[in-house]
Amino acid sequence: MPSSDPTTLRARHALEFPGGYTRTTGPVIGRFLTELRDGRVVGVRTAAGRTLVPPLEYDPDTGDAVTEEFVEVGPAGTVESWAWVNTPRKGHPLDRPFAWALIRLDGADTALVHAVDAGDVKAMRPGLRVRPRWRAERTGHITDIESFVPEVTRIVSEVRVEYSLRPGLALTRFLQGVAEGVFIGCRCGGCHKVYVPYRLSCPECGVSITEEVAVPDTGTVTTFAINNLPDPRAPEVPFVSAYIQLDGTDIPMIALVGGIAAHEVRQGMRVRAVWVPEEERTMSMSNIKWFAPTGEPDVEL
Amino acid sequence: MSNPCAVIGVGQTRYTTKRRDVSIAGLVREAALRALQDAGLTWQDIDAVVIGKAPDLFEGVMMPEAYLADALGAAGKPMMRVHTAGSVGGSTALVGASLIQGGVHDRVLVVAFEKQSESNATWALSTHQPFSASLVVGAGGYFAPHIREYIRRSGAPEHIGHLVAVKDRQNALKNPYAHLRIPGINLKMVESTPMLWEPIRYLDTCPSSDGACAMVLSSAGKLTDSTPAWVLGTAMRSEPIFRAGRDTVNPQGGKDCAADVYRQAGITDPRREIDVAEVYVPFSWYEPMWLENLGFATEGEGWKLTESGATALDGDIPWNASGGVLSSNPIGASGLIRFAEAALQVRGMAGEHQVDGARRALGHAYGGGAQFFAMWMVGSDRP
Ligand SMILES: [Zn+2]
Repeated sequence: MPSSDPTTLRARHALEFPGGYTRTTGPVIGRFLTELRDGRVVGVRTAAGRTLVPPLEYDPDTGDAVTEEFVEVGPAGTVESWAWVNTPRKGHPLDRPFAWALIRLDGADTALVHAVDAGDVKAMRPGLRVRPRWRAERTGHITDIESFVPEVTRIVSEVRVEYSLRPGLALTRFLQGVAEGVFIGCRCGGCHKVYVPYRLSCPECGVSITEEVAVPDTGTVTTFAINNLPDPRAPEVPFVSAYIQLDGTDIPMIALVGGIAAHEVRQGMRVRAVWVPEEERTMSMSNIKWFAPTGEPDVEL
Repeated sequence: MSNPCAVIGVGQTRYTTKRRDVSIAGLVREAALRALQDAGLTWQDIDAVVIGKAPDLFEGVMMPEAYLADALGAAGKPMMRVHTAGSVGGSTALVGASLIQGGVHDRVLVVAFEKQSESNATWALSTHQPFSASLVVGAGGYFAPHIREYIRRSGAPEHIGHLVAVKDRQNALKNPYAHLRIPGINLKMVESTPMLWEPIRYLDTCPSSDGACAMVLSSAGKLTDSTPAWVLGTAMRSEPIFRAGRDTVNPQGGKDCAADVYRQAGITDPRREIDVAEVYVPFSWYEPMWLENLGFATEGEGWKLTESGATALDGDIPWNASGGVLSSNPIGASGLIRFAEAALQVRGMAGEHQVDGARRALGHAYGGGAQFFAMWMVGSDRP
């Protein structure tokens, strides 16, 4: 409806020749389109031996008519340059983001403009190898090629291996202790070293270990890392992962340190395990929230 | 006494973030072909192939020895895979050398690779298995505490690591195969990069690289016109990761391995008798730590050697003239690259990063939680 307000007086008007203009292709362009309908791309040779794709009727270098020699090119080609279309418009060949690209088909001396359905702008680069994606129903039109698509250079190999894991005798015993708020270790009868977590053999002596030892939940930070990369098991960044030697043991465990700013953690600092409330405990190390400072003086390492 | 063994061919790919143009097979073949060309040989001249790579989860490729047999011309020949975590490249060379030294074969192709762009090392190293009693935090989080402890024990000033980070990248600028090339690299650049795992900054760490390295090893009777690097000593050691009293800063396994390889090569004073060393330094601080572990400096003094410039390309004992792991890290290949670069040095074929007159060189690799060690000494003179 035309507006009645003279300052915004405006109307839509479309110019469209009924049925569309007819064009006579001439022999050169006609051959190109005919070959397209058959699923092939051809170029035309110039007198100087260049292969023009898409073909032109007259050689732009000399003004002479091109030869009558047609050569099949492609179907693969190389992107020379491109512009990304982030928001396709009505009339664009694709309804999703794509690139307009200058594509030099193999065997051609000139580049063809066409759409590249690359999925992502990051996939586009000069030198990208592409191939035509043909329409099933072809009519002899440049859109018989729906678009070009990158060659296959990578596949995704989905690998998934599922295990049914059991912790084994030693770790089960240790986790039973952890469920009750106790660290269970062991003492080697050969070297008398105390290991935690509980284990069944001594890595030094190679003998079986039979003596079980309950270990206190206090210990000393021997060394540590301040991690600035996030980790699903740490509440925040930075977090401290520390080697903690529990009192009376001879080997450190790696665990989180909390309840103190990361940069205040020290080598030699005394810590104690912070257990989750009893009703939340399971047979898992998640029973220990982290180790927090006891407030005792630091230990000389 | 074992039979003499020599390196007669070395092949490397240009180490880079992503080799999208080749498959894993294409990558290893490229290195192998270059090694064969260097040796003046063809696939037919090779008796056996030994391959190494990092643990399977890294690229999800199980049994690379089966998948890559065709690419490495191994059809109808013995082929085996070596598997010792980060030290695997070194161990691969040593297994290959042992086949020559033991008189089993005359020419062995050793190859190692990693295509880190097709994998994720941090994921592969921290799979969060249920029932774990220990917090596993990936390589940086694992090694940072040992570095902190080294600094505490030795009293090293905090810039020492950064000196190594700069020095190795300066060397990399002279190595056409190196991955990280940072023109104008200096202390300020290293210090301005983010702190990842204190005290390790971003540029104190190695890159993730795609690449492969290969060597042709030969018995004394089957040399070609190519200049040989003679193997003067080989040693491997391992130790349990969880052992009470284990010294993770200065591991016994490393000391024992070095003592063994020096004894075989007749080295009593490594600082003076070795001309150049290619040592596995994935975090910058591992240079002073391994200087001590490998006997180039007494305990607590390694950082002074680094600080004095002794380990620079123009120092009296250049370490990692190639730029080292800090500049190129296709993990499975990184150890083999150290061994190969040591060989290139004594062959006089290291190009712009050649140490003048190098006659004896050490190649070193370590892996796991600093629990696997592999070393060799190579020299220009036949033992
Ligand atoms: Zn024992």
